[in-house]
Amino acid sequence: MIQRRAVATTLAASLIGLSGLAQAQQAQEIYIPLVSKGFQHQFWQAVKSGAEQAAKDLKVKVTFEGPETEAMVDKQIDMLSAALAKKPQAIGFAALDSQAAIPLLKKAQAAKIPVVAFDSGVDSDIPVTTTTTDNKAAAALAADKMAELIGKSGEVALVVHDQTSRTGVDRRDGFVNRIKSAYPNIKIVSVQYGGGDQLKSTEITKSILQASPNLKGIFGANEGSAIGVVNGVKEMKRSGKVVIIGYDSGKQQKNAIIDGSMAGAITQNPVGMGYKTVEMAVKAVKGEKLPKIVDTGFFWYDKTNIADPKIAAVLYD
Amino acid sequence: MTTGDNALTTPTATTATATGFSLRARLFRPATRQKLLAFASLIALLAFFSVASPQFLQTDNLVSILQSTAVNGVLAIACTFVIITAGIDLSVGTLMTFCAVMAGVVLTYMGMPLALGIAAAIFFGALAGFVSGVLIAKLKIPPFIATLGMMMLLKGLSLVISGTKPIYFNDTPDFPAISQDSLIGYFIPSLPIPNAVLILFLVAVAASIVLNKTILGRYTFALGSNEEAVRLSGVNTDFWKVVVYTVSGGICGIAGLLIASRLNSAQPALGQGYELDAIAAVVIGGTSLSGGTGTIVGTIIGAFIMSVLTNGLRILSVAQEWQTVVTGVIIILAVYADILRRRSSSAH
Repeated sequence: MIQRRAVATTLAASLIGLSGLAQAQQAQEIYIPLVSKGFQHQFWQAVKSGAEQAAKDLKVKVTFEGPETEAMVDKQIDMLSAALAKKPQAIGFAALDSQAAIPLLKKAQAAKIPVVAFDSGVDSDIPVTTTTTDNKAAAALAADKMAELIGKSGEVALVVHDQTSRTGVDRRDGFVNRIKSAYPNIKIVSVQYGGGDQLKSTEITKSILQASPNLKGIFGANEGSAIGVVNGVKEMKRSGKVVIIGYDSGKQQKNAIIDGSMAGAITQNPVGMGYKTVEMAVKAVKGEKLPKIVDTGFFWYDKTNIADPKIAAVLYD
Repeated sequence: MTTGDNALTTPTATTATATGFSLRARLFRPATRQKLLAFASLIALLAFFSVASPQFLQTDNLVSILQSTAVNGVLAIACTFVIITAGIDLSVGTLMTFCAVMAGVVLTYMGMPLALGIAAAIFFGALAGFVSGVLIAKLKIPPFIATLGMMMLLKGLSLVISGTKPIYFNDTPDFPAISQDSLIGYFIPSLPIPNAVLILFLVAVAASIVLNKTILGRYTFALGSNEEAVRLSGVNTDFWKVVVYTVSGGICGIAGLLIASRLNSAQPALGQGYELDAIAAVVIGGTSLSGGTGTIVGTIIGAFIMSVLTNGLRILSVAQEWQTVVTGVIIILAVYADILRRRSSSAH
């Protein structure tokens, strides 16, 4: 009995502690929840930091949430639903699956809550604007760089994070289509998926290298994939013989570029994406007219320009 | 089947089932207490969040809590059957996805009528459950390993069959209604409870009846209490085990329909990790992982505790990393409370 009471007390205590964690919400403050596609990856953390910076500059309150993996479409819908229940003035949303979110977006529209889409956008005219990276064009730039670095002929492979998500599909297609249309002497021998998981991507890279002794280059389509490729090439002792091109940044990837194990990478502008999303949401609340698409841009970076202030500003650790 | 039926009429088996019953009778009281404890925690959580945030206790939000419980609730019911037999099923999440994909194949790829799509989801769920059951009962592969294998196998199959792309149900306009429309709201407009929740309760009632009033239910508990004694008394334990996994698989098929209908698509990459949420709901609800005890009501309460907690923390804008910490703490506390309860009941 005493023990049971102890449990009850602990429970009560933890709940009271919780209410301390929850920030009090002021009625007059503009509140903008961002429902993202992810949360744990450094990329999303960079988007979050941009959003928080904008919140500070524009004196609004933001929260940032996303499911554990990009496959969890229903969990994201639950998050959007909870965000709407808080009756925010505007909402930022990066849809994992546009169709699945339509009923809730319609609800937001009916409640006159403007929706700003970010990252891959939403196939619907409900969002007032979309802040995004042109992933296909960015991956095509990666293909051009790859061709240049391997002398426009030979075998290359791709390690992609996901075969169902928009960014996975766009980056794969952007790269593959550019190689096929512009570089007839380059052969794509393998496209594999590692879920953005470093370890899985390492194993995948090793098996690709095993199967293709003449492989000249590998493109890793996101941060986790790219690190995996670097590790795999190192473990197979093929460093220097295989050109590696990555995507996004992060400390490990930046180090790999500085020490030469990676030739270079494409970076989006995640901090800018977060910032713009909040900025556009605030403009929407104020009733300003917005462009349909806000391109947050992408850049090629390698050893030569990694310290350039313009590049350094969009990279994250 | 015949062995099972005969066993009931032979004197030895009657003794065995009688022992099974008295065993259950002994465990019934603490089980009720655990249910009360879980129920009290649920009420406490609801009360806490209602006081902490004015947005929590609003129809819209309560409806979305109900909606978000449906899939996990149905999966947890499927798990309850297996866990009562002292087994475990790690494949329920990806099996759900597999069933959703099969419904997509039948409805979207083959253009069949809605009823066939529904039947396909449940049929393939039961079929996969049957395979797990055979692996466990006949080939004697431990449930953890057999269902771990099935989890991966089904995940892979879903990706292969769907061509790694979501299958949309745009050609079957009635499909989203299964989960999203509200039959209750049609009769009582102030209660727009989505059909998914209605289906959850129907499945729960049916599962409760099966567990408490049928031979299958009796053997489910008996297998978890003392499989060897049941087998020695002439019951075909392998057969009943296969039946339990088959039923559990069929229930996962219903979860597959619910999630596909809610998302208006079968998402082939989804599902891994959902088994752990389901198992957590079962355990919070007082079903012991060592088998022999458990209730559907407890499982449903467990599922609601998880979704109320998740929703409430979001409404309070608690940082996401802390949400995960708190959920973990609650699961540990719930199981610890269960252990204390057991200790005090064995002291009596």
